[in-house]
Amino acid sequence: MTDATLSREKPRNQWLDVWDQFRSHGGAFWGAIFFLLVILSVLLGPLIYPHDPTLVPTGRDFIRLKDMRPIYTALWDSGAKVSWAHPLGTDQIGRDTLARMLSGGQVSIAVGLAAMALSLFLGTLVGVTAGYFKRLDGILMRLTDLFLALPLLPLILVAVLLFREVLSATFGPEGGIFVLIVVLIGFTSWMQTARIVRGDVLALKEREFILAARSIGTPNRRMILRHILPNVLSPIMVSATLGIAQAIITESALSFLGFGFPPDFPTWGRLLFDAIDRMVLYPERVLWPGLAISFTVLSVNYIGDGLRDALDPRIRGR
Amino acid sequence: MLTFTIRRLMISVPTLLLISLVIFLLLELAPGDPMAQVPLTVPPEVKQKMREALGLGEPIPIRYVKWLVQFFWIEPLHLIDQMIGTGFAEDKLRVVSWQSRSPVMDIVYERLPQTLWVVGMSYVVGVLIALPIGIYSAYKQYSVFDQAGTFVSMIGFSVPPFFSGVLMIVIFSVSLGWFPSIYDTTHEVTDWASFKKQINQMFLPVMVLALQTTAQISRFMRASMLDNLNQDYVRTARAKGLGEAVVVMLHVVRNSMIPVVTVIALGVPGIFGGAIITEQVFKVNGIGQLLITSIQGNDLPTVQTLTFIFAILIVLFNLVADILYGILDPRIRYD
Repeated sequence: MTDATLSREKPRNQWLDVWDQFRSHGGAFWGAIFFLLVILSVLLGPLIYPHDPTLVPTGRDFIRLKDMRPIYTALWDSGAKVSWAHPLGTDQIGRDTLARMLSGGQVSIAVGLAAMALSLFLGTLVGVTAGYFKRLDGILMRLTDLFLALPLLPLILVAVLLFREVLSATFGPEGGIFVLIVVLIGFTSWMQTARIVRGDVLALKEREFILAARSIGTPNRRMILRHILPNVLSPIMVSATLGIAQAIITESALSFLGFGFPPDFPTWGRLLFDAIDRMVLYPERVLWPGLAISFTVLSVNYIGDGLRDALDPRIRGR
Repeated sequence: MLTFTIRRLMISVPTLLLISLVIFLLLELAPGDPMAQVPLTVPPEVKQKMREALGLGEPIPIRYVKWLVQFFWIEPLHLIDQMIGTGFAEDKLRVVSWQSRSPVMDIVYERLPQTLWVVGMSYVVGVLIALPIGIYSAYKQYSVFDQAGTFVSMIGFSVPPFFSGVLMIVIFSVSLGWFPSIYDTTHEVTDWASFKKQINQMFLPVMVLALQTTAQISRFMRASMLDNLNQDYVRTARAKGLGEAVVVMLHVVRNSMIPVVTVIALGVPGIFGGAIITEQVFKVNGIGQLLITSIQGNDLPTVQTLTFIFAILIVLFNLVADILYGILDPRIRYD
């Protein structure tokens, strides 16, 4: 008896409901934990882990440290060149693989988050503007259709080649390519968000609370920020997670095709690409970056799946 | 339906023109100079003349129109010439690659069969695997099979082809040695043994691309089946005593296929984009690989032509999807 009364008295917040539903989705919950772990380890890992990802040993150290196998190789091959100091081994010029994975992860995830933020901003801007202002709807949606009809991967490849030099001069070689890739991915992935947001805004505009807000003279800016945006937040959050996954994959694909970051500034895709030539002898150098990309994207996709369920009030509470 | 088709065709013309303009202007910014390979001893006047011979001296609008004429008029004429042996396009200037100095479309025709074999086959295989999976996992929703299907398609979404391809090579061609890791394009199918070899070398790239297709299409099929399974007409079909197989396979599947068919049509251009990466992994020299090498070699006419071919594919299959949807679902009437 006390249980029932207590639960009725407890104030329920909408986001608490969402969290409960999200937690009950096993894949999403573990996906979120895994993604947080990845972020934490690429942020804190380089501080704890003693090796410098860019340090190339010289002299006798070079021979001693290069082409080291991961520590687990010793399990089946007692003659393998392994060392506890380099748990995932080293590459052909003696750089520590784990240190490179950690710093590569920083870049990959930073690109994913930044590109997702840009594409969400553009998509929401276009979607809300098109849905809210009838005069702009036609032209903005034609623009969206045009972008959807462009062959994006070839154009991104061309654009990387065109603007790499210019941006490297302004932001430095690493900063330039970072800005370039984030902008390119952001500018080529906003269309789905824009379409979904526009549809939702069009539906919202017919609701009574919008009419009420308009009747008390709410200006357009406040209307959008106070009444429209909070109500289209759930589709935006779902596309955010899918956007991260897409951006990480696109960045790795670019690096894999040789159009991404420079070789001394590794990302997971670049590490994978560099390791392909030696994958017969050293399969682990392909395996670890590939697994890192795949599991990160998998976890983000599961988070998106769970969020979609959690944010949908028709499913929630079932 | 006919008016709709014609109207839709009319809209795609300006869309294509706009896309061609976007591609043209973007490539106009390219820093690449076809004269970069010419020795420094060649005097600048001569270089200027060579540049004009390549059609580079003129202002942008004229070059754009000339390129359009070359692509939409001279190239189709040339294709007709080759097919029925006429001489319409004999002395007309075609789009010429800066790298190989041969007409771009000739190179494309050379490369296209490889891409179509690998990409087309993988799409067919992917769809054929995806449909039964989608049907069964919707019919037994939340069963073990359904959960496993969800997991596999999540993997298909998440594992990028450049990793799954490399992984397959490491496992199947390096460790086990079952399949070759490099696609041999010179191989010709003449008898049973060479046919088996062709299947053998196509297996890995086709499987890698098919995994992506399967993941997407089986999800769509499942969702579409779930929408239909609770409809009234299904209950009616069962109520009048039809067998379960007839109800599911005839009534539900046919209705569920309507959105799935359009998704399949819409996915075709995307799979060509994915082929760029897969061709790079398995060293297939198709058009995706041609695109990469010509971008690296600053071969603008080839890049322009290929990018535009991709754009045409996208617009074309959007059109196909729209029309198919109208034909398959008589409730949808656009006009």
